[in-house]
Amino acid sequence: MQDGAAQSDANPAPLPEKMSVTLTVNGTERRFSVLPWVSLLDALRDHLDLTGTKKGCDHGQCGACTVLVDGRRINSCLTLAVMRDGAHVTTIEGLATNGALDPLQQAFIDHDAFQCGYCTPGQICSGIGLIAEGRAKSPHEIREFMSGNICRCGAYPNIVAAIQQAMGTKP
Amino acid sequence: MSMVNNTAKTYTGTATSRVDGRAKVTGAAKYAGDFNEGGLAYGAVVESTIARGRIARIDTSQALRVPGVIDVITHENRPRVADTDQAWKDDVAPEEGSPFRPLYDDMIKFNQQPIALVVAEEWEIARYAASLVRVDYEKQPFVTDVYRKRDDAIVVEKPDKLRGDAAKAFAAAEVRHQADYFIPTEHHNPMELFATTAMWDGGGPLTVYDKTQGVQNVQQYLCGVFEKKPEEIRVISPYVGGAFGAGLRPQYQVVLAVMAALKLQRSVRLVLTRQQMYGLGYRPATIERLALGARRDGTLDAITHEAVGVTSQFEEFSRNDTGWSALLYTSPNARYEHRVAPLDVPTSCDMRAPGAATGVYALESAMDELAVALKMDPVELRMRCYSDRDQNEDLPYTSKCLRECYREGAAAFGWDKRNAEPRSMRDGRNLVGWGMASGVWEALQMPAAVRIVMTANGHAEVSCAASDIGTGTYTIMAQVAADSLGLPIENITIHLADSTLPRAPVEGGSWMAASACHAVVATASEVRKELLRLAKLMKASPLADTVEEDVTLSDGKLVSRTQAERGVSISDIMRHGAMERIEKEKTNEFAEDKAHARNTHSAVFAEVKIDEELGVIRVTRVVSAVAAGRVLNLKTGRSQVMGAVVGGIGMALHEETVYDHGFGRIVNHNIAEYHVPVNADIHDIQVIFVDEPDALVNPLGIKGIGEIGIVGVAAAVANAVYHATGVRVRDLPITLDKVLARRPAT
Amino acid sequence: MIPFQYTRANNVADAVRLIAANSGAKFIAGGTNLLDLMKDNVERPTKLIDISRLPLTSVEETASGGLRIGALVPNADLAWHPLIEKRYPLVASAILAGASQQLRNMASTGGNLVQRTRCAYFYDTATPCNKRQPGSGCSAVNGINRGHAILGASTSCIATHPSDMCVALVALDATVHVTGPNGGRTIPFADFHRLPGDTPHIDTNLGPDEIITAIEVPAKGFATNYSYLKIRDRLSYAFALISVAAALELKDGTIQEARLALGGVAHKPWRDVAAEAALRGRPAEEASFAAAADLLLRDARPQAQNGFKIDLAKRAIIRTLTQAARGTPQSQSNKTIQ
Repeated sequence: MQDGAAQSDANPAPLPEKMSVTLTVNGTERRFSVLPWVSLLDALRDHLDLTGTKKGCDHGQCGACTVLVDGRRINSCLTLAVMRDGAHVTTIEGLATNGALDPLQQAFIDHDAFQCGYCTPGQICSGIGLIAEGRAKSPHEIREFMSGNICRCGAYPNIVAAIQQAMGTKP
Repeated sequence: MSMVNNTAKTYTGTATSRVDGRAKVTGAAKYAGDFNEGGLAYGAVVESTIARGRIARIDTSQALRVPGVIDVITHENRPRVADTDQAWKDDVAPEEGSPFRPLYDDMIKFNQQPIALVVAEEWEIARYAASLVRVDYEKQPFVTDVYRKRDDAIVVEKPDKLRGDAAKAFAAAEVRHQADYFIPTEHHNPMELFATTAMWDGGGPLTVYDKTQGVQNVQQYLCGVFEKKPEEIRVISPYVGGAFGAGLRPQYQVVLAVMAALKLQRSVRLVLTRQQMYGLGYRPATIERLALGARRDGTLDAITHEAVGVTSQFEEFSRNDTGWSALLYTSPNARYEHRVAPLDVPTSCDMRAPGAATGVYALESAMDELAVALKMDPVELRMRCYSDRDQNEDLPYTSKCLRECYREGAAAFGWDKRNAEPRSMRDGRNLVGWGMASGVWEALQMPAAVRIVMTANGHAEVSCAASDIGTGTYTIMAQVAADSLGLPIENITIHLADSTLPRAPVEGGSWMAASACHAVVATASEVRKELLRLAKLMKASPLADTVEEDVTLSDGKLVSRTQAERGVSISDIMRHGAMERIEKEKTNEFAEDKAHARNTHSAVFAEVKIDEELGVIRVTRVVSAVAAGRVLNLKTGRSQVMGAVVGGIGMALHEETVYDHGFGRIVNHNIAEYHVPVNADIHDIQVIFVDEPDALVNPLGIKGIGEIGIVGVAAAVANAVYHATGVRVRDLPITLDKVLARRPAT
Repeated sequence: MIPFQYTRANNVADAVRLIAANSGAKFIAGGTNLLDLMKDNVERPTKLIDISRLPLTSVEETASGGLRIGALVPNADLAWHPLIEKRYPLVASAILAGASQQLRNMASTGGNLVQRTRCAYFYDTATPCNKRQPGSGCSAVNGINRGHAILGASTSCIATHPSDMCVALVALDATVHVTGPNGGRTIPFADFHRLPGDTPHIDTNLGPDEIITAIEVPAKGFATNYSYLKIRDRLSYAFALISVAAALELKDGTIQEARLALGGVAHKPWRDVAAEAALRGRPAEEASFAAAADLLLRDARPQAQNGFKIDLAKRAIIRTLTQAARGTPQSQSNKTIQ
């Protein structure tokens, strides 16, 4: 919002053309058209009706929007859908197979690694990414490498325990 | 209303996994901004950039020319809304004052006040158009700093009758401690953005998905604001992504979304940005003054607690902040007084143990300082002042196992190994500090109703308008329903947070567990009565001569309590009675008891390690021992207290809404610079639920654990920081620069 | 965010041609800072040129024994690249001290260099800021400046550069390879970022039509005696109050060569060659480190709220050099500072 009496008779900048984007989301090819300013997060939520991925800040400050793009965990709020044309995206909706939960999803339930559940899709996608990276092993390392996912309910110790369970380093 | 007593599986009091767990780990759980049906239009808010004044001119013409913009609503073209304060008052509104009315007129009362709503076909278009709205202001002087209004603050709370003469006793005391403590403004920052999706259905009832802790509160409020009949607006909120008090009052986005939907006759979604959420309520910055006078033996002679908290210029919000000091410890002389300073900011509001988190932080810091002055162990000091009666009302407690909290907490922590001398404990380059504090909260219960529909297949649907903001209401209601109805928990379906469901209070104050679960039990009792009536009609009924008090529901059967072999299955009863379903609705009833005080308590023990030269603080261990009556679910209950400890660590070390008082504007209005703990900040947290049987508080012995977990945590950490460093930081948060700047000369 | 055209560059030459043709255009690679700023209307490009698919993602050994790091290598990949971990662990450590793994997975090496300050006033379009709107004034000078610069600031701007990686790269004498309409050139890392002076809106000496193609680190990686220590208000996922990159070459306890750079203290990653020179030939002990710290901080000037940074910087320098000398670099996971 701009203060002061700026030129208000000028026409606003025109909107560009919509662009076609193809993503493979949770194993299914999805084609849609969006304006270039649509983030991957908003594309998933508003255009593909995959609302499991959450918006918590829209600025890469909370991790709630974490998804896996080509196997890597990223903040979907800070990338444009058009930039990801052709990518493989995995969201929280794509982790269970034929109704069987991913081991990390089950571990989150077992260890009560959430309360309100809003950061949970991002935490789980982040945890899947962490496990795939194969770097973080000790509790110190898991804490550090999960620090991009804020949980305001404060479930952190349970999140660490859930990841350890899924990694097979803790029952 | 006693619980079932049999060999079948009992859920109440066990570590049962959340019944909504699967929905939450698969992304199926839908929050207010997740409902996509209905050809949505999207809103974006324009906020004021000044703290006080009026809008001289607002020009929306350029915004309106952006393709895809449907409307720009301002105070100049908004539809009619109610014009009385009464209509705008929700259940949680302060008694004094005029609730804020978004887009009502040209007055600017605080920075980040909503002044226009852009509605567009896509949210990015609305966001862009919002940036094109031009505003000219007439600015007026403003104040956002509580210290500048400290002396003009208004008294909002003090005791009806003074206990002794605290000032005189303090002056005469053998050992005295007096200091000011400060808690800055804090914002709740639930992970979910405040959001409303208002579904227009061709002029039929408006369905409003809202982020709220009380759907019926919002529903009544909207009916008041928009002058609608109750059946014209329905509010739903199946999942709430945290709230911590921020969702107790209806927030402005629900007004704007409904306003737009009604005006445009279209479904509208409005999601606030993280930045915009700093224009909502907050924990008020509070200046706390404590004066403690004691005898050398550690008994207290005088307690004075005075506080000044922030409110807005248009509403007087406050919560009991200072009264805790006079309640908790034995002292013949006590005085407390709470004042509020109206500033040019939004109205402050409830946040996690409102009043207690702040007031008890100050009290328990002061008690630690007194212990130092007395050269007495801080736990011992609290034992010397221990009170078995509510000191304000001079009433016995329904139960109070705070002694056990001290004892069990200290044992688990290893408190006996503490060297009392500050700076005496080390771990390499780190100074180690051990601190403790007490916590106290109220055990409240409110009227609530539950509907149970039991079907012949042994399935029960349990409905209540209560919200589950992550606290586990779905799960504990399912546990209690399963036990009360004698069914496996898988056969229970809980429906919550729909304003058309049976009456419930807002989810807050730690009262929901007691309120909702007693409503479940009361209604289950009606179901049982109906089943018994039907059973007695059966030929050769084994329960023919049984009275209501003698039967229970267990393992899918209605059985005699005394003779377990006398029983009939629920399905048989219902088949015989040709009943498809039994539907009952009942409101909980609590016996009035003015002869007892009802409180929860805790003892919190914290270990910090502080790099001596660099000041970097780590909270390496916390033990929280909680006495809160019966804990319904050990798993979710532990999580709740653990999460509250995390919140308390944030309060102690990280959280501060930073104002630039020159602009009257929040500088760190985002979740990168408003620091809350991240995973790396949190280490070992142990939760102990002290056994506290309580037959008086209510039949199930439930006291509630939503708030108690955070109370005392900040003080325990602050006291540990002092013990580690010899530096007493009395203004939160305790950042490393404060520790370094004030360290004793070496 | 204002509307913009989006196009993808096919190669470096194409990228340079596209950006030269449009004064309102910006490159986007990782997007982690640019989109953040666009959402707040701080950055207002009318065209985005997506360079994220250009083939600038390799890490190659150079003839002189160093490494040439493609500008589009993601931060996370760089931190965990075997050659970086082995030969330039200071760079790896500094990268891992910053942001979150998700952001490091997105952010590019080149983009890290041109990220902008996190000064709150720069982000808030309702307040004056010379960096965002030249001539409008600096709100931080008389405002909230606890996190601001203590070195090299001007009356126009007291913002700090937020990068961790750059602190390590400037310490290691990296060079920045850029390509513009007139071909390629290299910029020594120390000259890449600018002090604010009276042009705080210009962060770097990268030309408006130039693209960063690579970062080159010389052969000397100080892989034995190094440490990166970051001090901040919470233990992770926060910008530095002070960070220190230290690297030493030791012989029998005497410092042969030293590198010392600070983050969180200035408008650019702050390296001080005088302080490094003062360490050379000195015993690797606290007195030497303290003297170097004093030298580095000789011109430090506090703002109203950040005076603590000067003393903290000194202590952090001493500690980081101590860690480096002992060969016990700071872990970025275990937060105990040995």
